[in-house]
Amino acid sequence: MKHDSTRPEAVRPAIPATAGDAPSVPLAISGLTVSYGDMPAVNDVSVAFRSGAMTAIIGPNGAGKSTLLKSALGIVTPLSGQVTCWGRPLARQRHRIAYVPQRAAIDWEFPARALDVVLMGMYRELGLLRRVRASHLARAMSCLARVGMEDFADRQIGRLSGGQQQRVFLARALAQGADLYMLDEPFAGVDAATERAIIAVLKEIVAEGGTVIAVHHDLATVPGYFDRVFLMNVHAIAEGPVATAFSRENLDLAYGGRLAQDPVGAAGARDAY
Amino acid sequence: MMGAEFVALSLPPILIGTLAAIACALPGNFLLLRRQALIGDAISHVVLPGIVLAFLVTGTVAAWPMMLGAGAAALVAVLMIETIRRLGRIEPGAAMGVVFTTMFAAGVLLLEQSDTSGVHLDVQHALYGNLESLIWLEATGWDSLWDVQALAALPPELPRIALTLLVVAVVMLLSWRPLVLSTFDEGFARTLGLPVRAIGVGLVSLAALAAVAAFDAVGSIIVIAMFICPPAAARLMTDRLGTQIWWSLGFATLSAVLGYVLAGYGPLWLGGTHALSAAGMIASVSGVILLLAALFGPCRAPAGQRPG
Repeated sequence: MKHDSTRPEAVRPAIPATAGDAPSVPLAISGLTVSYGDMPAVNDVSVAFRSGAMTAIIGPNGAGKSTLLKSALGIVTPLSGQVTCWGRPLARQRHRIAYVPQRAAIDWEFPARALDVVLMGMYRELGLLRRVRASHLARAMSCLARVGMEDFADRQIGRLSGGQQQRVFLARALAQGADLYMLDEPFAGVDAATERAIIAVLKEIVAEGGTVIAVHHDLATVPGYFDRVFLMNVHAIAEGPVATAFSRENLDLAYGGRLAQDPVGAAGARDAY
Repeated sequence: MMGAEFVALSLPPILIGTLAAIACALPGNFLLLRRQALIGDAISHVVLPGIVLAFLVTGTVAAWPMMLGAGAAALVAVLMIETIRRLGRIEPGAAMGVVFTTMFAAGVLLLEQSDTSGVHLDVQHALYGNLESLIWLEATGWDSLWDVQALAALPPELPRIALTLLVVAVVMLLSWRPLVLSTFDEGFARTLGLPVRAIGVGLVSLAALAAVAAFDAVGSIIVIAMFICPPAAARLMTDRLGTQIWWSLGFATLSAVLGYVLAGYGPLWLGGTHALSAAGMIASVSGVILLLAALFGPCRAPAGQRPG
């Protein structure tokens, strides 16, 4: 089913017209609908994410943020809609995309060390049978070093703290050598030092010309961490620079006026919904 | 026990038992990590109706029709488990439980209805196998291992299980990385474009192949035990997957050899006169190994509770 662009405008503020097919747009989603059972988790969402920016996907619990990310990555199959990356189908651009899943989705009892996890990020180079060489190991170690985890390379992943686990998965994404990094709640349940380390690495990625899209929970840190913001609540609400799109009006639309404080003006809206 | 008698009577069953144990333990490692360990149990139960049907169709207890029937039944069961899980939103364990109980029950009914009195086909045979009867009468000693004529008279179960193990090992070796990736982090594997569902079905099919071939030679008790016990014990010995696989192969071999020797000679050493069931003893030994690993294995505490 194709997105019907002639439908009447929704009541909510329109998303800027998406130039989804442009080769400069790392991720363009058009008319995406995903449903679990009868309830749509994501309903007719169209959005184009800007290249070289760090964009937060925000919205209340159950707004379909993770589902949007997963269907954009081909992990969840949408009912309808299209996903293009740099103007081409996702399937042809997978090598340019790295993914950091939610920490809760991982089996931490799995017999793997931090280094083994990072090496998984090199699957495209290693393929089925190529040997892991000293150069691969050296690069994996440098990815671990970038997130401050080089001393924990031999540690089984379940024996790391939550923050350390998250950093190892960011190191795996770095090892993928991607242009677009998609992260699902990278700051959930991590310590303050890890949060600083992760944000520093993400800003480096953007400074080097990469694109970062992260599902994010903490409204208070949006202005400090992100350039742009995409608000959604099953439907798309707004996408734009933090300065304009992260407005009281849009937040009320996304959260249904349930925000206790104004996160735009003042900090301290941590888990306000 | 190292003479001609050993080569003729004990070597073939020990070899067959060991190869069958390894063939099941290999995919068992991944089934365990995927929380699908019971699938070995399921497969070894569902092959019964397949074997009975093959007998009804062909009228013989020849090995190949039986194995084809068993393989077909295993395939039907795997598809049914997947379908029930998807359509009924039932958790995998329950879906397996439903399918293998129903198909095993259907097999028992089929067996009752058909006239199998004249042939060696019964539920006991299905459970315990007949490891002790897999003897090599042409062997006159260790030299027979180089005697082509004598080798030709080896129990046919031996080359069959050896070939099966070879296939299982080669396929797992070639698909090692996708298998590890999709087992560890399915979402990430999908983002790499790996055919996650096909890998899952492939693993279960491989397990089914091992189960059917092993079932033919050694019965379902060993199959069920070897899918779970050696990998589970191995996981308690190490925190690295490659090392875990090697431990599981060692434990499978130890179970098969020690179990066979204890069943055959243990009662005699204790002054008894009758040998015990080798299949039962092998499965028991693997259980004891798992118990010991759970008590003394270096990696037995859940990862989160171990001191860093």
